[in-house]
Amino acid sequence: MPDIRFHSVFDIIGPVMVGPSSSHTGGAARIGKVVRDIFGEKPEVITIYLYESFAKTYRGHGTDVALVAGLLGMAPDDPRLPESLKLAYDQGIKVSFVPKSDKVDHPNTAHIVLQTGDHRLAVTGVSIGGGNIQITEINGFKISLSMGQPTYITIHDDVPGMIAKVTGIFSSAGINIGTMTVTRTAKGKQAIMIIEADDYQTDILAKLKLLPHMRNVTYFE
Amino acid sequence: MFYTVKELVEQSHAFPSIAALMVHTEVENSTRTEEQIRHLMSRNLEVMERSVKEGIAGVKSVTGLTGGEAKKLNTYINGQHFMSGQPIMEAVRNAIAVNEVNAKMGLICATPTAGSAGVLAGVLLAMRDRLHLSHDQQLDFLFTAGAFGLVIANNAGIAGAEGGCQEEVGSASAMAAAALVTANGGTAEQAATAVAITLQNMMGLVCDPVAGLVEVPCVKRNALGASQAMISADMALAGCISVIPADEVIEAVNRVGMQLPATLRETGEGGLATTPTGLRLKKKIFGKA
Repeated sequence: MPDIRFHSVFDIIGPVMVGPSSSHTGGAARIGKVVRDIFGEKPEVITIYLYESFAKTYRGHGTDVALVAGLLGMAPDDPRLPESLKLAYDQGIKVSFVPKSDKVDHPNTAHIVLQTGDHRLAVTGVSIGGGNIQITEINGFKISLSMGQPTYITIHDDVPGMIAKVTGIFSSAGINIGTMTVTRTAKGKQAIMIIEADDYQTDILAKLKLLPHMRNVTYFE
Repeated sequence: MFYTVKELVEQSHAFPSIAALMVHTEVENSTRTEEQIRHLMSRNLEVMERSVKEGIAGVKSVTGLTGGEAKKLNTYINGQHFMSGQPIMEAVRNAIAVNEVNAKMGLICATPTAGSAGVLAGVLLAMRDRLHLSHDQQLDFLFTAGAFGLVIANNAGIAGAEGGCQEEVGSASAMAAAALVTANGGTAEQAATAVAITLQNMMGLVCDPVAGLVEVPCVKRNALGASQAMISADMALAGCISVIPADEVIEAVNRVGMQLPATLRETGEGGLATTPTGLRLKKKIFGKA
């Protein structure tokens, strides 16, 4: 049995995107967008560490432009994507790129650190080809998020009972949870839950958002 | 779900076509209905059509390294003095058009990647009228290509940084060849043969972009990849076989990809990228670093 990394015909025929590279531009924009959604607000400071192929070719492929476009909330087919660095500058966001020479697991790796006040998030994403991505680390926690199936990400206050309330909503909707990752910035501060589910229902999102102490909920497919 | 070409071919016999199997599999694996899946594919096809049209009209890349050659080819085709044949020349022109649009940061549909987006759109738009493909049959063409692409992606890869251009333009050409075979009335077995023949010839193709840009040699590799897809499809339809089965060829592509040094996997540190002209262009475009 091979390592099944691609599940959908649209991983192969698609995505529709702004060129020039599906891994270095399209995938980079998707990594940026996911990181922005997990962060849940506009970042004041963006620091991007680039590794191997990303470090060597990021300017030619527009990887820098695409990552920032995603971090501004743009999708890979957004026509404003080529202008992202200027848009970030206009919004007063500080952006820096740090090419690294360290060896990493995948040649197309970006480590992104976002900061707004004392809210900080560090995420590692890899672009595995054809615009497909994986999130491999959040705030130092190793995870494996392929973004290929229904995925819910919640940002909430780190208070007792949140996990039970969230999983209760899935349970009463009859939706099975495949994998679940819980992490937090610091005890009692902000926590993140990443849930890969077997199905999607529109009202789950609404119910999750209504929970007390819930700051933000996003859904990806 | 199918994980090998063998499984794909076998499972397709329970369906009217490979495309029907792909759509059925997609319904099972996703939260979308068949109607939504076909609609989404239809949007991809529209973007392919637009990018071909835009490229033929004439574009210039951000760096100025590429552009305007789809337009030149179009004029050349109209002059009717070509040697190979009109369908192949149109596929070549279309492929160049898409990748020229890609290089100017225009909108394209990645198939399977952006750097190899010209091949599939190129051959489909060159052949759809000749093969009298309805809109639905054109979508089926893309589903068939996607089915073989999934197998290649899961058993080898589709990133130049992982396994070189053989996994990008190579995969795209193999997918296109298979789709051409079925669009022209061939069997699933013949489609698999076209995949095997194409990948055998693309094997070892390195990813060596000048200045790290998806321009030189990527744009022209799409053109030649498209021509190769047409020829492989014709060979398979003629009854030629592949001595090495498609699954074993894909496995070999994966092995060769892993054996490629990093300098030849989308780092811009080998091959054409480090020729005197390649290095000069890099310096001219980006300065010292």
